[in-house]
Amino acid sequence: MLIAVAAIFIAGLLAPYLHMALKKNTVYLLALVPLSVFIYFSTFIPEIAAGETVRQSTPWVSLFDVNLSFYLDGLSLLFGLIVTGIGTFIILYGGGYLEKDRQLPRFYSAILIFMGSMVGLVIADNLLSLFVFWELTSFSSYILIGYYHEKEESRKSALQALLVTGLGGLAMLAGLILMGFVSGTFEISEMLSMGDIFRESPMYTAILILVLAGAFTKSAQFPFHFWLPGAMAAPTPVSAYLHSATMVKAGVFLLMRLNPALGSTDLWFGLLTGFGAFTLIMSAWLALRFTDLKQILAYTTVMALSTLTMLIGIGTEYAMKAAAVFVLGHSLYKGALFMVAGAVDHEAGTRDVRKLGGLRKLMPITAGAAVIAALSMAGIPPLFGFIGKELVYEAALSIPDVAVILIIIAVLANVAVVAASCIVVLRPFFGKEVETPKHAHEAPWLMWIGPVSLAGLSLIFGLLPFLIDSAIIKHTASAIAGYEIDFYLALWHGINLPLILSVVTVLLGVGVYFIWDKFQDSKGMQGYGTLFAIFPKKTYEALVDGLLKLAAWQTGILQNGYLRYYLLTITLVMLVAVGGTFFLKADMNWFPDFSGILFYEYAIVGVMFVALLFAVSIRSRLTIVISLGILGFSLALIYILHGAADLAMTQILVETLTVILVALVLIHLPNLSKEVEVSNAGKIRDAIIAVSAGALVTMLVLATLHLPFDDFISRYYASVSYTEAYGRNIVNVILVDFRALDTMGEVVVVAVAGMAVYALIKMKGIFNTKEEGSR
Amino acid sequence: MESLLAILGGTMFAGGIYMLLRRNLIKSIIGIILISNAVNLLLFTLGRTTKDNPPLIMLGETIPAEPFANPLPQALVLTAIVIGFGLLSFALVLAYRSYKELGTVNLDEMRHDPAPLKEEDK
Amino acid sequence: MKSLILASATRLLIAILFLFSLFLFFRGHDEPGGGFIGGLFGAGAFTLYAIAYGSEKAKETLRVHPISLIAWGLVALVISGLIPMFMGEAFLTGKWLFLDQYLNIDFKLSTPLIFDIGVYLCVVGFILVVIFSLEEEQEE
Repeated sequence: MLIAVAAIFIAGLLAPYLHMALKKNTVYLLALVPLSVFIYFSTFIPEIAAGETVRQSTPWVSLFDVNLSFYLDGLSLLFGLIVTGIGTFIILYGGGYLEKDRQLPRFYSAILIFMGSMVGLVIADNLLSLFVFWELTSFSSYILIGYYHEKEESRKSALQALLVTGLGGLAMLAGLILMGFVSGTFEISEMLSMGDIFRESPMYTAILILVLAGAFTKSAQFPFHFWLPGAMAAPTPVSAYLHSATMVKAGVFLLMRLNPALGSTDLWFGLLTGFGAFTLIMSAWLALRFTDLKQILAYTTVMALSTLTMLIGIGTEYAMKAAAVFVLGHSLYKGALFMVAGAVDHEAGTRDVRKLGGLRKLMPITAGAAVIAALSMAGIPPLFGFIGKELVYEAALSIPDVAVILIIIAVLANVAVVAASCIVVLRPFFGKEVETPKHAHEAPWLMWIGPVSLAGLSLIFGLLPFLIDSAIIKHTASAIAGYEIDFYLALWHGINLPLILSVVTVLLGVGVYFIWDKFQDSKGMQGYGTLFAIFPKKTYEALVDGLLKLAAWQTGILQNGYLRYYLLTITLVMLVAVGGTFFLKADMNWFPDFSGILFYEYAIVGVMFVALLFAVSIRSRLTIVISLGILGFSLALIYILHGAADLAMTQILVETLTVILVALVLIHLPNLSKEVEVSNAGKIRDAIIAVSAGALVTMLVLATLHLPFDDFISRYYASVSYTEAYGRNIVNVILVDFRALDTMGEVVVVAVAGMAVYALIKMKGIFNTKEEGSR
Repeated sequence: MESLLAILGGTMFAGGIYMLLRRNLIKSIIGIILISNAVNLLLFTLGRTTKDNPPLIMLGETIPAEPFANPLPQALVLTAIVIGFGLLSFALVLAYRSYKELGTVNLDEMRHDPAPLKEEDK
Repeated sequence: MKSLILASATRLLIAILFLFSLFLFFRGHDEPGGGFIGGLFGAGAFTLYAIAYGSEKAKETLRVHPISLIAWGLVALVISGLIPMFMGEAFLTGKWLFLDQYLNIDFKLSTPLIFDIGVYLCVVGFILVVIFSLEEEQEE
């Protein structure tokens, strides 16, 4: 399975080069890639149908339990087939749709990389590698939405989608890591049987909210739903693939995947059903506010996603069945409808339903596919969408406490969807012929093969549901539920409540369609659109804007360009953080010990104090150099008094060279008296801070000196210095043998400093700063 | 003696911080020198000081004669001295270079006002 | 700022100073000294020479560019690390060759010695780069 995923990625990377060589024929070769992966996945159907699961694992970052492990069960197989199956048609469709576009190779690349990530995501068995694939889909989606990168709207929408899903992804990562800590594994297949461990964990609420943040942003649930209609700025093949059939389902997929582990609690039910039901009714009616084909479809997609969210929340057997069927049904008809919308746009030059009409004569094949797909969306028998909708109604009725509310919401939402289905197919294809911006023709076969095949499948699966029920769908539902569910799908269930509700839904929906022209632009709808479509987007924009302003404001304060304020901040933070901790936490039972200090030692330290005072206060450069020299040499004296011969020698030599160097440089620099000094108040403030810092350091050292000292390492080095490293100077042996790697690093630092000095001196005249202002 | 060295080191540290907070680049460099010497001294002190033998093994012996000074902080401080010297050289040359280019050692005058955030940057 | 006395004294001293730097270096493993100290001392000697005769003359005497000293120093460090790797041990593991087994001298060839040579070269190279660069600026 690793090879299958890798093959798609490699194809994506090679696509631009293939395009150079093969030109127009690239599309066929590239379409073969997802097709062969589709066939590869199909070979697993018998195994899955027999109730087995397949697991393959390759270690990746084994230190952190990140494995490239893949897991196939009913759920991941269904998604894998959807992703690669529709992907094949999308490649073909994209080849036709963007045929004359200069950037077509980039489309191929990005869409294949997306496809690879998506396949990886749905079959991943490791939560962390799932996350990596998840982020890759966000990233490739960013590139694909921003495909028309010359347009500001595209860039904005792409960034918006990336920020919203990326932020959610980050929260999700935290949730996934918590899951790993709670269960002690990152393999999903192992987590599935650990539901009780998760549900009883004190972390459960945190995990749930974090994971839901990821799933809801990805699957565009309220209040994050606004990015999906925005993402319609992408070319239609992208919308058809990412924003209806696959990527937006990743959030739902995650919920399904983790349902056995995290599901069946009141919180899970409340959050999923609550948000799902609210988004459901909101988005379905919001679709009717728009006249752009893609916008209408986008909102019905949000509606479909929220249906799935709600179903997973409901969590009954009926709901699992409904979810499994609905996922497939929706992917089939919505993929087809998006491609139809793109074909109409491509051929007629507009997607506004008010400017379209009568295209069925000019584009008969596309129209046929559109009619079937729309019927499926509206839930009319004998199409697969009908089975899905019936099951949704049954599921909504299956929770006794809230059945009434849920079924009312479901019916009302579906009324709007029926009306929307009528709009997207009746308006463009039927009625009077209208003069369109471009004179319409039937789309090339590359562009109708996809919708026709998908619509055809909607019909076939609707008429012959036994083709797939016990082969896949049953196992998908079982995988979502986490236990075996046995059922068969059928078109005809006899006259029961769902059927009656369906009839009511269709009648009401058609009714709404007939008053749509007035209804769409009515005051109420305008207000409704502002509240749910425009307001969340504006809020998002205000937040992003505010963040930028906050960043600019705090940069202005912290990065103000005055070096001394930076240092002041650092020192103050050290005083507060280190000093505070020290006084609150440390053992204060220490005291300075001045016993046994000889007279000449006092003398040396006294000289050093005087030299220090001179170095700090005198303005003459020569005095400063001499004071620094005295300080350094006295330091060497202190070292030699304490048995540190090597150290003293080094200090003396370095001090000599320092004095030479400082003298060499200071000759060139102006005298200190030329400086405009700060006020006395400023000096006193700095002096207080400096003295506090010095006092803190002294106290820290004194307190540390009071602690017992462990010289185990030193003694160890001393004992083996001669026996193992054949050296009698222990300090040198530590430097060149025991801790040679440290020394090596330090010597490299010195070497780099040398080259930097050389460059600084030699590169004169390169910084022409005087004319351009001081940067 | 260790307490005295701790006070000495702390005082040098205070002097260094004070110098670093000045506007004059030269004073900042003096601050760097003071702080690096102070830190070396404190590190040495923290390894406990003795007035005993240096950590050398006499000819013919296999272990140093007890008691001996702690060799580990000596090794640490030895490289720290050399690295400190490297840093100081670089800082000196940088100061020299910026004076030649900018004509000032006043850090405030070297400051470049960041351009206010423009509309199109957002 | 050439001084006759300094120049004459330096001419006498430089060889002795340089030898002393090598002495400090080689005794480093057993007595106070070693790559850092020897390198600093050697660089100090050359600095004296550069002050007395100017950096041009000092460069001529040195023959190689100080940056290449740094480079060779780094090469020595890496070689001392790689030798044990060819013998199947970790990077920078100490390896010895006792010459007194074959010849009658008390001298040990070892990878720590090569390492110390690298340290010596880097330190000398670094200080000479700084001093020469600044001296040149001085003369302009």
